[in-house]
Amino acid sequence: MKYSINIPCRKANLSKIRNFVAGVLRKYGVDDVEVNNLVLAVDEVCANLIIHSYKCDPDEKLEVDIDINNKKITFDIHDHSDGFDIREHPEPALEEIIKSRKKGGVGLLLVKRIMDDIDFIKGDNTRVVRLTKFRS
Amino acid sequence: MVRIETNSEAGIFVISIDGDIDASSSIQLDDVMRTSIAERHPKIVISCEKLAYISSAGLGVFMSYIEDINSNDIKMAIYGLNEKVMNVFEILGLDQLLNIVNTKEEASTLVNEV
Repeated sequence: MKYSINIPCRKANLSKIRNFVAGVLRKYGVDDVEVNNLVLAVDEVCANLIIHSYKCDPDEKLEVDIDINNKKITFDIHDHSDGFDIREHPEPALEEIIKSRKKGGVGLLLVKRIMDDIDFIKGDNTRVVRLTKFRS
Repeated sequence: MVRIETNSEAGIFVISIDGDIDASSSIQLDDVMRTSIAERHPKIVISCEKLAYISSAGLGVFMSYIEDINSNDIKMAIYGLNEKVMNVFEILGLDQLLNIVNTKEEASTLVNEV
């Protein structure tokens, strides 16, 4: 089954995306901790796009599609900006982040540790970050 | 949305977090943490019993103050994390770098240790 949400690029809308994702996953009996982890992975990618690619412009829309079956769950996060390939983002060491007193840097690390596969699909005017989790 | 309250109990500065900490609300946690450290509270306990969700933005706030806490001889303990939130700390290994305990009593004992 496929599900989709399309909302303005505001940080305050992240909770709406989380509620949407959690609602779909619970319907399919995904357990609470796993729901939270998958919601977190989608939230991290969306926050990144809203802040860095769309500069929190509410005239821009962010679309998240979920495709779920018995074997896997796929999240497609659509980006119409010049989004960067998150797979190329360097994975910082935790100790370095702590020493630098920076507040960012662990979001994409979380996504990489939670998801089984991360794809970056480039079209003419659109880019899709595809997150895949296999169901055991 | 998050609501953060602070109060002093028996020489311990208690920060209570209620709600979700994400990219939109982490600034509130950052403000409270920065003020608490600037005010030199030597013992800080963070209550997460009502913390429903945390993303990297919130984790980043905690991480960014670890050095200040250590260099200012501040004792800090976090308690009351639900299973989902605890799991997020564990994914990054932050449970090894922060004092995370189950109950308020354990947190108080920890920050009162000489």
